[in-house]
Amino acid sequence: MKPPAHTKGPARWMKDNLFNTWYNVLLSCLAFICLFFIFKTLLTWAFTEAKWGVIPANLQLFAVGTYPREQIWRVWSVIYILCVFVGLSAGIWGGLVLRFAVMFGGIWFIGAFLPFGFSTRGWFLGAVAIIAASFFLGRGRTGLRPWILGGWLLSFPLIMIVLRGFGESGVHTSNWGGLLLTLILAVVGIVVSFPLGVFLALCRQSNLPAIRWVSTAYIEMVRGVPLITILFMGNILIPIFMPGLDINQVLRMELAITFFSAAYMAENVRGGLQGIPRGQHEAAQAIGLNYVQTMLFIVLPQALRSVIPAIVGQFIALFKDTSLVAIIGLIDLLGVARSVIANRDWFGLQAEVYLFAAIIYFVFSYSMSYGSQEIETALGVGEH
Amino acid sequence: MAEHENAPNDSIIVCEDVHKWFDDFHVLKGITTSFEKGERAVICGPSGSGKSTFIRTLNRLEEHQRGTIVIDGVELSDDLRNINLIRQEVGMVFQQFNLFPHLTNLQNITLGPIRVRKMTKSEAEEIALSLLERVDIADQAYKYPSEISGGQQQRVAIARALAMEPKIMLFDEPTSALDPEMITEVLDVMRELARSGMTMLVVTHEMGFAREVADRILFFDEGAIVEDAAPADFFDNPQHERTKLFISQTLQH
Repeated sequence: MKPPAHTKGPARWMKDNLFNTWYNVLLSCLAFICLFFIFKTLLTWAFTEAKWGVIPANLQLFAVGTYPREQIWRVWSVIYILCVFVGLSAGIWGGLVLRFAVMFGGIWFIGAFLPFGFSTRGWFLGAVAIIAASFFLGRGRTGLRPWILGGWLLSFPLIMIVLRGFGESGVHTSNWGGLLLTLILAVVGIVVSFPLGVFLALCRQSNLPAIRWVSTAYIEMVRGVPLITILFMGNILIPIFMPGLDINQVLRMELAITFFSAAYMAENVRGGLQGIPRGQHEAAQAIGLNYVQTMLFIVLPQALRSVIPAIVGQFIALFKDTSLVAIIGLIDLLGVARSVIANRDWFGLQAEVYLFAAIIYFVFSYSMSYGSQEIETALGVGEH
Repeated sequence: MAEHENAPNDSIIVCEDVHKWFDDFHVLKGITTSFEKGERAVICGPSGSGKSTFIRTLNRLEEHQRGTIVIDGVELSDDLRNINLIRQEVGMVFQQFNLFPHLTNLQNITLGPIRVRKMTKSEAEEIALSLLERVDIADQAYKYPSEISGGQQQRVAIARALAMEPKIMLFDEPTSALDPEMITEVLDVMRELARSGMTMLVVTHEMGFAREVADRILFFDEGAIVEDAAPADFFDNPQHERTKLFISQTLQH
């Protein structure tokens, strides 16, 4: 016998949940009236008063800041490198990775039909073609997995080199800006601070007092200082401590963000580590696993799974916190927004510009949140 | 190392004046005993008597602070190489099973052979499947521990320990966390294992199992071995008052 179906029509749902008692009827009506006026005002503004022309006119600025137009092929090369890896990974792993690749490709596909310049739309279609081609190239070749993982790691320095170029003929990092800079700061920050955070968390749990104290001191010190302070200190102190090295501002901010985020990551991971019962360690030791193996195969897989929401929350926080680099003069997405508003031609269009920036931040943050839910489902968190 | 005078040459476990403290609490007060190859010993006693702590010191899940423990010729000390050697020779089954919930039953069993014994995946899986056959749950190989019953989980845990091809098996109250109807299936597996000649040390309250399977019963009380006798003598002619009381209490139900 099948259990009774749970799906109800929308009318039935509303009757059960919104209009089931007299006070719920009252509250629902009030809420509907409020929502109506908010949306009416917002939509009226958006479709009649708002001057959206500022967005397409400055689109390149939003995307890459003052990155020189004649060097823009570098950015496309980076996107194409990513497309190759995304396509290959989708072919080799399938499942969740494939769905991500379809969404990633879908963005470029839709872009190709938007009213951009002719050459831009060509670049967009190229990205779609490369993803598709790499997908078919990689399909079913599970033997390539370690190579692709290694390739992803190597892609980071490769991307930096392509974006920077060499010497004067390249693009100095002070010209990196817009969404490009925001994404670089966020992605590198996430990829580096995650393993660093895991390492710090393990150190904080160590049996050796010296290691435990150093790790605890680091974590507590960083957590006791606002990010802005750390950004300022990074900007001023790194050149003082390493006078010989020419560390540019982008790298200084990257280091500051990464070290800041790692401390929070460590605390999230520690929460997961503490939730693993002692019996798991004992069972692992009893079959002869050493410390590294116990952590790698038994403890961390369970601990990290249980704190995926907290970890992704930290990723999202890091992504949004990159906007603080504007205060030391880097022109990230929010920095571009502010400089556009300051431009005489676009005077008085704060609402349009900030709303646009907010939507972009939201799209990326929500994608991460959605991705984390998908990963939890795929891993069967809470089931076994 | 002082030779224990009662220890014959084929003693696989030799304990000499083993002491253990939890902070100020003296859990083990000088345990001196030895176990022969193929011996099946049941360890019983009231809770808090140190019996679990004792078998946990044998694979260094608990550290002893005084005395010596020698397992198959290797002394347990702070030397990590010795500890890892001994852990490969000594299998352990826990009261709470302690299966790895993120791995399938098969992966639970193959992990040790692959990572510690450096077997290939297919070799390890072959062994694991034959062990699951032996404990009579081959059909559960690709499920997760949370998807099978407690009795089945404990049998997977036994298979996991056996996959390392240990010389000694330690059981720490293997049936205490089980519903009554599942106790038999686990004890059956242990009986079969006993018949195969495995050296077994079993902490348990299952007196029927002790009488039937054990060569020897050790009674612990307050951190010391109070009685050490063959089952017939232990049940029918106990020497110590504490043992008499314990037997009369456990056999009442």
